[in-house]
Amino acid sequence: MSGAFRIPSAGRLKQAKTARFSFDGQSYAGIEGDTLASALLANGVHLVGRSFKYHRPRGILSAGAEEPNALVEIKRDAARKTPNVRATVQELYDGLAAQSQNRWPSLSFDVGAVNDLASPLFSAGFYYKTFMWPKAAWKSLYEPKIRAAAGLGVSPDQPDPDHYSSRYAHCDVLVLGGGAAGIAAALAAAETGVRVILADEQAEFGGSLRFETGARIDGQDGFAWAQAAIARLQGMDNVRVLSRTTAFGYYAQNFVGLVERISDHLSAPGHDLPRERLWQVRAKRVVLASGAIERHMVFADNDRPGIMLAGAARTYLNHYGVAVGKNVGVYTANDSAYAAAIDLKKAGVNVAAIVDLRDHPTGPVIDEARALGIEVNFGRAVIRAGGKLRVSSMTVQPKNGGGERTIPVDAILMSAGWTPSVHLFSQSRGKVAFNDETKRFVPGTYAQDCASVGACNGTDGLSATIDEAYAAGEKAAKDADAKTAKGNKPKVDASESWSRGMLGAAPGAGPDTTVKAFVDFQNDVTAKDIRQAVHEGMRSIEHVKRFTTNGMATDQGKTSNMHGLAIAAETLGKPIPEVGLTTFRAPYTPVTFGAIVSHARGPLFDPTRKTAIHRWAEAQGAVFEDVGQWKRAWYFPKAGDDMHAAVDRECVAVRKTAGLFDASTLGKIEVVGPDAAKFMELLYTNPWEKLEPGRCRYGIMLREDGFIYDDGVVGRLAPDRFHVTTTTGGAPRVMNHMEDYLQTEFPHLNVWLTSITEQWAVIAVQGPKSRDIIAPLVEGIDMSDEALPHMSVREGKICGVPTRLFRMSFTGERGFEVNVPADYGQAVWEALWAEGQKHGAAAYGTEAMHVLRAEKGYIIVGQDTDGTVTPNDAGLDWAVGKKKADFVGIRGMARPDLVAKGRKQLVGLKTKDPKVVLEEGAQIVEDPKQAIPMKMIGHVTSSYWSENCGRSIALALVAGGRDRMGDTLYVPMPNGVIEVEVSGMVFFDETGGRLNG
Amino acid sequence: MAKAAAKKTAAAASPSVERRPALAGRSTAATGAKVEVLPPADRISLRAPEASIAALSKALGVTLPKKPKTSATKAGRTALWLGPDEWLVIDEAGNDPLTDCAAVSALHSAVGISHRNIAIAVTGAGAAATINAGCPQDLSLDAFPVGAASRTILGKAEIVLLRNAPDAFRVECWRSFSDYVFTFLSEGSRDAAV
Repeated sequence: MSGAFRIPSAGRLKQAKTARFSFDGQSYAGIEGDTLASALLANGVHLVGRSFKYHRPRGILSAGAEEPNALVEIKRDAARKTPNVRATVQELYDGLAAQSQNRWPSLSFDVGAVNDLASPLFSAGFYYKTFMWPKAAWKSLYEPKIRAAAGLGVSPDQPDPDHYSSRYAHCDVLVLGGGAAGIAAALAAAETGVRVILADEQAEFGGSLRFETGARIDGQDGFAWAQAAIARLQGMDNVRVLSRTTAFGYYAQNFVGLVERISDHLSAPGHDLPRERLWQVRAKRVVLASGAIERHMVFADNDRPGIMLAGAARTYLNHYGVAVGKNVGVYTANDSAYAAAIDLKKAGVNVAAIVDLRDHPTGPVIDEARALGIEVNFGRAVIRAGGKLRVSSMTVQPKNGGGERTIPVDAILMSAGWTPSVHLFSQSRGKVAFNDETKRFVPGTYAQDCASVGACNGTDGLSATIDEAYAAGEKAAKDADAKTAKGNKPKVDASESWSRGMLGAAPGAGPDTTVKAFVDFQNDVTAKDIRQAVHEGMRSIEHVKRFTTNGMATDQGKTSNMHGLAIAAETLGKPIPEVGLTTFRAPYTPVTFGAIVSHARGPLFDPTRKTAIHRWAEAQGAVFEDVGQWKRAWYFPKAGDDMHAAVDRECVAVRKTAGLFDASTLGKIEVVGPDAAKFMELLYTNPWEKLEPGRCRYGIMLREDGFIYDDGVVGRLAPDRFHVTTTTGGAPRVMNHMEDYLQTEFPHLNVWLTSITEQWAVIAVQGPKSRDIIAPLVEGIDMSDEALPHMSVREGKICGVPTRLFRMSFTGERGFEVNVPADYGQAVWEALWAEGQKHGAAAYGTEAMHVLRAEKGYIIVGQDTDGTVTPNDAGLDWAVGKKKADFVGIRGMARPDLVAKGRKQLVGLKTKDPKVVLEEGAQIVEDPKQAIPMKMIGHVTSSYWSENCGRSIALALVAGGRDRMGDTLYVPMPNGVIEVEVSGMVFFDETGGRLNG
Repeated sequence: MAKAAAKKTAAAASPSVERRPALAGRSTAATGAKVEVLPPADRISLRAPEASIAALSKALGVTLPKKPKTSATKAGRTALWLGPDEWLVIDEAGNDPLTDCAAVSALHSAVGISHRNIAIAVTGAGAAATINAGCPQDLSLDAFPVGAASRTILGKAEIVLLRNAPDAFRVECWRSFSDYVFTFLSEGSRDAAV
């Protein structure tokens, strides 16, 4: 048994396949193929949720993606809880467990419903007006309370165990919407042989053919025709058919985002199945066949469970075999609801009355309804609904006033007409146009290569729709360069047709009474709220929307926008087009974060870059720090070491014997070509033409504004070849900066740039014993000071593999940087390490490297500079070629501000108490007794404990710093003021003798 | 002009230390596609003006392609067009193209990048789908035929893509991105049967 309201003779589901499910703990039976909504209705359950603001009981309004009311939580397990699932979209599976939302303690008795009685407090814009005082209470009291009381589902609180997939795809023709129009367009395009993708949000294709019993195409029932056509399309190699796939965003140049739901409808999804797949499709042409959405009637208490759209009731009957009631009333302003009444009546459901707002409608459906014995009332309105947890009656009155009559019903089917779904068209930046005759917005001016067909284009009638869609499909294929091939246009034998209807509030909606005639069900916006917004001064529909929140819920006002607009226009006394339509934005329906993030989580969130020597450091127990995407060994603790102990030990070892350091992450660029030196002259402040091959130079690179951009040691390998190093973090941008200037400013130079950062692993060996460690492993390079002086480079071999051996130092000690091809990095490191062990060498990490260089006053770009520091500020005037006529930044450096007195200059700081280590970033003042806010004259850029100096050391940017040598300055901190003395930047081996030590 | 650098790095005497390529030997197989790390190869980044193309082609033994998104292969050596004056030359036969370029006097820049790049093979009916999990290029045979090559992206990493066969691609990336690229392709291959 799959529900008391199931009609065995109706619908397309196979009764044999039962699916058990629960709602709020109660067990029910449904049929495979049901949605949660159809299965609940089959069991007579209409009450499924509580509304957002007033906690009013809510039922099922629709049978599709536009559903504003029937939002539930689906729980598979503790981590798989999905809130705000539309019951009308969720397919039933055996074992499905659903819970209602926004109610306490239970759905039928909800304490929060007191909001309904207190609703005068919560009228439109209430949060702008109330709770304004005291100000502090907004953050601590009002906002949290309002958020807790108003709201829908609860977010899951555990990591999502599902995985999500993504796919980029290209096609010639992308057809969005798989109803009669979409299928016809896809057939026309596919038969030409071009690549076609057809997507529809439903599990089964067919669109409104699901309920239109009057449609016959190519001699078949409409829905059967749709299934046969889809089967044909699926069999074609050039066609991809995507069901359960929502096109949620239409972006520039026919780039469309779609989400395919893969496992949410499965009882036991396979472990390897993604939950959803994100499709990012680039299409030469797009055909929009997104259909139309039925509007409800706006009258008092139109939100009672059991009141639903007529087309939805018809879908539940004709597709799912479910009667939405036993005694239904119909309230309409167009013909389409008649067909629902007729179908229900024929299926044995009593139709109490049809109430038609129109005065003298005529047509075959009206005649048929009458012939079936249904009471039809023209020129009348339903002015209110009775019942609370379920509708129990409708009260009817002539629309211009008069006697009331209450008719008992257990469901009301309503239809105010159909709104073309122009969401995607609007997202494509197309401009809609208002058709005054049919009172609807339809696609007007196109901005992209797309076409709208069928109901979304305002085309009425199946025959006209298929003609239009087929032609559009053919044209799209042709425009996408189709070779000619011709298929057969589907022939429409019979169809249903309707249009028109009404917009805005019906007589039962007020005016200006206390009744709740809902316009926007999901955000609890009534006709009264919209009028109030206008009365309070809102003129633009954009303001009305934000003041009332009409159309701002997750359903984006699919059923409410046009009503809201019409009521605003009427209250303003303006025609609808003058009030305008709000902009549709992506996503069309909510998209999970999982689908958007897709693969980019966990290890794929961002690349983690590791050097060739990483595994050695890891095995040694190194602690790593993140430097950009790189993992760098920070320090190497021995048993019992804290970070300070490890760093002190590493720093002392380097100056006493030697240290090994993995410098592989340094950016490296090979600059090659006859004009290489000329190019270097232009990009760096230093002179390069006279640098001999085999020698190195410390280079500074500026931006055009004269500020330091990057630095590094550059070796000249040959007259036409430089090996440039950059900072680790600066590597990509320096490459871009150089390439940019080369291509745009200096294209006349014959020189090329190649990133070799990852070609070479770099092992720095620094310290008095460094040469002794390296020499035994090197072939073909004379390691004597005469042959290989400080700041030189040679090519040769180490451990039998090619090396570029630099003699250079970032520690102030005799030092080398051994470059070897990356795959040999770890093995050469191990060989050097073994040699180093004979001399008591240590491995050191980035922290010790920072301390050692600070002891020598060597700057780190980005730490001691911040993008406002000139070479002079940093004490690096010596690195600027005084005779050079041009280089990037030369004019910037001459700007008045950059040569003015009193600029912040880099200096050393020594704390009066040598044990005190300053905090990096701490501010510096002249007089600690001045009133707060004090005048800050600089800040600390680098600060460390130096075991080698036996005291703390610091570098700082201080206004006029070099004129303050020996002065006492002050660093105010929360625990007191620290006295410091301004000093030179070199704290260790001021004469530099150790470079050759 | 590549002479100075090439002379010394070209002749490979027997190293006393072992080579440890990143990801060596890693592979994964899903229903639709197989992802495996390829052995090391010799590579150069070659930059040259139009006038030097003939001389370089002759020295390399493979005609440098001039058409965007194309490649040329001969005797285990493939030249991939990456830009109007830029090629990636990959040699899988053990002959370092840097040595060949060193003998060319025509204007050019040849830089050895054998260790900079890692190659990953993606093969099988779902190979294109695997790559399209993170690469926005149109990989249909019409748009990206056998021999097509392109510098492009996979997720958040830059790759160079070469199609060796209808169902076989070579993905080149920088060494430190190889773990990310390999993991991404493995993830993509799980969903490549569709």
